[in-house]
Amino acid sequence: MSTDTTPRPADTLREGDTPAQAPPSAAVRTIGGVAGWVDDRTGAAKPVGYLMKKVFPDHWSFMLGEIAMYSMIVCLLTGAFLTFWFVPSAGHVVYDGSYVPLRGVSMSEAYASTLDISFDIKGGLIIRQIHHWAALMFIVALSVHMFRVFFTGAFRKPREINWVIGSVLALLAIIEGFAGYSLPDDLLSGTGLRAMEGFVQTAPVIGSYLAFAIFGGPFPGEMIIPRLYSVHILLIPAILIGLFTAHIGLVFVQKHTQFPGPGRTNENVVGYPVMPVYAAKAGGFFFIVFGIIAMMSALVQINPIWGYGPYDPSPVTAGSQPDWYMGFADGALRLLPGWLEVSAFGFTLSLNIALGALVLLPLVYTVLGAYPFVERWVTGDNREHHLLDRPRNAPTRTGLGMAAITAYSVFWFAAGNDIMAIKLGLSINDITWFFRIGLFVLPPLMFWVTKRICLSLQRRDRDTVLHGRETGTIVRTPDGRFFERHETTTELTPEQWVLVQHEAVAPIEIEAAVDENGVARKAKRSERARARLSRFYFADAVNPVTPAELAAAHHHGAEHEAIEAAPAGESAELESGEPAGRH
Amino acid sequence: MNEQDTTHPGSEVASTPEHGTAVRLDQGHVVGDGGLPERFTNPGLPEHVARMADLDEAAARRAEKQVATLFAISIIGTLAFIVCYFAISLETTIFVPGIGETSASNFALGVSLALGLLGIGFGAVHWAKTLMPDEEVVEERHPLRATDESRERVVEELRVGGGSSQITRRPMIKYTLGGALGLFAVPLVLQVAGSLGPMPQNSLSQTFWNGGPSGPGQDPTFVPLRLMRDPENTPIKAEDVTIGSVFHVMPQGLLPDPVTGDGGTPNLLEEAAKAAVLLMRLDEDLIQSQKQRDWGYHGIIAYSKICTHVGCPVGLYEQQTHHLLCPCHQSTFDVTQDAKVIFGPAKRPLPQLQITVDDEGYLVSAAPFQEAVGPSFWERG
Amino acid sequence: MNALAARRRHPAAIAILIMLGLFLTGAVYTVIAPKDADATTQSLSAQSVEEGQALFRANCASCHGLNAEGRATGNGDKKAGPALAGVGAAAVDFQVGTGRMPLAGPMVQAPSGEVKFTDDQIAALGAYIASLAPGPEVPSDEAVDPLKGDPARGGELFRVNCAMCHNFAGAGGALTRGKYAPAIDDVTSKHIYEAMLTGPQSMPVFGDTNLTPESKRDVIAFLTTIDEQESPGGLKLGSLGPVSEGLFAWVFGLGILVGAAVWLGSKSA
Repeated sequence: MSTDTTPRPADTLREGDTPAQAPPSAAVRTIGGVAGWVDDRTGAAKPVGYLMKKVFPDHWSFMLGEIAMYSMIVCLLTGAFLTFWFVPSAGHVVYDGSYVPLRGVSMSEAYASTLDISFDIKGGLIIRQIHHWAALMFIVALSVHMFRVFFTGAFRKPREINWVIGSVLALLAIIEGFAGYSLPDDLLSGTGLRAMEGFVQTAPVIGSYLAFAIFGGPFPGEMIIPRLYSVHILLIPAILIGLFTAHIGLVFVQKHTQFPGPGRTNENVVGYPVMPVYAAKAGGFFFIVFGIIAMMSALVQINPIWGYGPYDPSPVTAGSQPDWYMGFADGALRLLPGWLEVSAFGFTLSLNIALGALVLLPLVYTVLGAYPFVERWVTGDNREHHLLDRPRNAPTRTGLGMAAITAYSVFWFAAGNDIMAIKLGLSINDITWFFRIGLFVLPPLMFWVTKRICLSLQRRDRDTVLHGRETGTIVRTPDGRFFERHETTTELTPEQWVLVQHEAVAPIEIEAAVDENGVARKAKRSERARARLSRFYFADAVNPVTPAELAAAHHHGAEHEAIEAAPAGESAELESGEPAGRH
Repeated sequence: MNEQDTTHPGSEVASTPEHGTAVRLDQGHVVGDGGLPERFTNPGLPEHVARMADLDEAAARRAEKQVATLFAISIIGTLAFIVCYFAISLETTIFVPGIGETSASNFALGVSLALGLLGIGFGAVHWAKTLMPDEEVVEERHPLRATDESRERVVEELRVGGGSSQITRRPMIKYTLGGALGLFAVPLVLQVAGSLGPMPQNSLSQTFWNGGPSGPGQDPTFVPLRLMRDPENTPIKAEDVTIGSVFHVMPQGLLPDPVTGDGGTPNLLEEAAKAAVLLMRLDEDLIQSQKQRDWGYHGIIAYSKICTHVGCPVGLYEQQTHHLLCPCHQSTFDVTQDAKVIFGPAKRPLPQLQITVDDEGYLVSAAPFQEAVGPSFWERG
Repeated sequence: MNALAARRRHPAAIAILIMLGLFLTGAVYTVIAPKDADATTQSLSAQSVEEGQALFRANCASCHGLNAEGRATGNGDKKAGPALAGVGAAAVDFQVGTGRMPLAGPMVQAPSGEVKFTDDQIAALGAYIASLAPGPEVPSDEAVDPLKGDPARGGELFRVNCAMCHNFAGAGGALTRGKYAPAIDDVTSKHIYEAMLTGPQSMPVFGDTNLTPESKRDVIAFLTTIDEQESPGGLKLGSLGPVSEGLFAWVFGLGILVGAAVWLGSKSA
């Protein structure tokens, strides 16, 4: 406190005083004043204080959900801009703008206004491209985020609700994207709408009524563009915002999960607080995501609607695909064979279309949303889990996930079969057959391969712990044997903790067929099914090393590589004075 | 103690109270815990490693300069955007290596916007990484479950509240409430579902080739209609169609004049979506079906262009194999076999349009399509 | 030992030795290997049916027959090469002028490639084939001048007649069984006209009674305009549509963003 350099006797009286603080600056006083005004009327200081202290663990894979969220915000922002210039009308107009190859061509107002945005409004093209790239990145990021959550088991209690919300968000996102890219009414997206009308029409009994209801009459009609507009700017964004607020809110309330590690338990969260670290990192990351999307939009063209031309039911372009996230449904339509369509008594049931287009999408998202509950039933685990699984420690779950991704990917890549044909010089017929057969062969194969890899990795983890640390010191015994000295103790290094922290698992046993009074009890069918599934999950589990096993290995090691009772001097020559640690 | 004078739990021979009954493992495996815990314990948070900026003021100042530079880049980017917005006109193109000739406005606005954003982002994150505290903080979790008292309070409130509403004692209220609430949404649903679109009636089974507009409720009477080139809207003479050629056809009266835009039917796209036709000429010997020959004219045959899968236009005609390929899902139709499906997800062959020539030699329809064109639907028949 | 010998156990030594051996072998082979027979005759100064016939006999008759009557392979009714009477000089100018003919061997489709003849030789071949029977002629410069065509009308015609095979930007598309409609962004106006007129291989014939010469010129004007215009929004990614955009988003978009996330989460020095 004193700035004098010469110490004086009275200085000792001031030791232990709290140092005087500089009075707050004017800016701080103003902010404090405003904050106080708001708090007087809302009591906001308590929740804000609570939120600012929240701790978030640091791992790059936890940023994937943020990428999705920020991309969605970018979409909302740029989308709002686009609504100032886009005309959601199918009314006919003759184009008279700057794009020469379409001058004089008759088109809808929606298409013409999109051309205007792209060519006749300053900054229009960059906003449009940012909007579309951000939409693609939103769905890419949410998919990878979903994989992360799945493979680390973050969907377990208490986060099942969040998983279901996430599945609904994923489904809504792809519908939102489909509606969005269909709005410009260009040839490519219009062809997609034609396919949609075609498969809606095949719905049993109600198909033609449903198609006429959606399109307001025969295809294409004048209603579909304005209706898609309402869905795209009002209905789905409202639900998306509501659900994702709940999604984030739950993350705050339940606290984020964390990867296992030294100091990290199921009962704590280790990381950094929102103020100031996470506010800076997460806030900064928003700008990074936005900036990268903007850079992509400056350099890479997307959805060049002026090239496709206005929608007309007569022309079509080679390479007609939906945006990537609808690819799996389009691929399903390419793979399903025609003999699945049956007709009798004047009625036609097009299973080749209905299965791929009407059943597949809801089925995928239902299975996705239900998985946490299925796994809980199988494992019987009702505890809260806040520590993540390393994917290798849940081999069956990881294998199932990879099999599901493989099946999805077969459908997805099938949608690009004609692009693959021309770029790889193959026949589309052969590619189609490859995927048709691959759909049944590849997922089980991938399950098996993934599970084996996980089990091998687990065994390697065990060996790493039991084996001890290789010191790099080679010891030669008097009778000519060489071996490497390994250093183990029964205490682990912090790095090894990660390898042994997970829990041992075993299949659930059905309760005894005979209870304590000797009365036979028949196990219910659901119990038997549960036991079978439990065995499927855990029968070949590789469990972590326990202290007893480590001690045993330590001791066995003593026998296998026993140094004879050599004089301490001889073996000591080869060491650099290390204590005689046993391997 | 063992031979090597080191102490390891589990290796003693003698049993001591604190270690339980341990045995030497080379004497056979005996189950026991050897006094060891069942699982390893968490070693606790590792020691904090300081960053250079924590230890060295010069490093901290360097980090500060780096952050400031990044923020400055953002400012420059934003200013560049403002300048480019006003300075660059929309017609200007610029050559960018790797991209080619591109819109200067889009490129400049996009890059400057990106720099304006990335500068802030990288600056803020770099600031957090180098200068903000990076000591890990531990927050304790509490069980999410509300306390038992809270739960009981809620149950009690519901019980008291529900009970005081007398709903349990008044079954008439209970049942009629259920009915009313269950039904009130029906008018809203009915209005939307019922008014969204007209009933299709017969329109899916008719096309403009039936004699004119074929929407719901419109029942055209058949007249022969000339086959017109799409989009030129000119009629086609039989001798115009040579072997190996393919014509994209619309019925007379559907398309507007291509120059003036006048004429044409109202609901142009809706009619075109059903009436699009492909016209080809084959050597009659190649045509395998007599009906196909009869419905054509000296090897000139007309088929619906609307795919029977989900309705894309089947435009790809392979002249040498006489196959029609739909680009959407690769349904392949063999024109020599009455457009039968030979590959792909479609089931039904393309419907054929019966054609002949009129007295001036132009191709005309002899009858409308004898089945519904395009994708299948339940009541197709 | 000298410096070279001292490095005899260097890890690169074996690689260098193998490379030297390969070069040596290649050089020796090049010197002693027999040259391909040169079947081209000297360049001509005037179109000549006789010269064309001579060229034809030397380069084309093995598949198309000595008098262009066509040749069967003996395998069912498969042809080694079809009869060429009536295909016209336009077909010759297209097929030979884009390097599709002479075809190196049997394959699913003749790809465009290195042109094996000079313009005069192609003209001579065309004159010979035209002499066999009347057929489409090589178009005049005016007929294929893009500046005289209407690109907007050409675009409408292109989208109805051509885009389903060649893609909206002329980037090419798949046909059945390994055949394909090639990319047409690097094709001269004359060759585009001739392709429409003669309908090569799987492509339908767009005769003058189907697409009038003015319509064909409009299509050429459209293709020229979109070629010049390049890409207002940036990299075209092959003009293949959403497939390449999705691939870019997953590989580069996600890659860069994950890279940023990894950087964000890593400890600073």
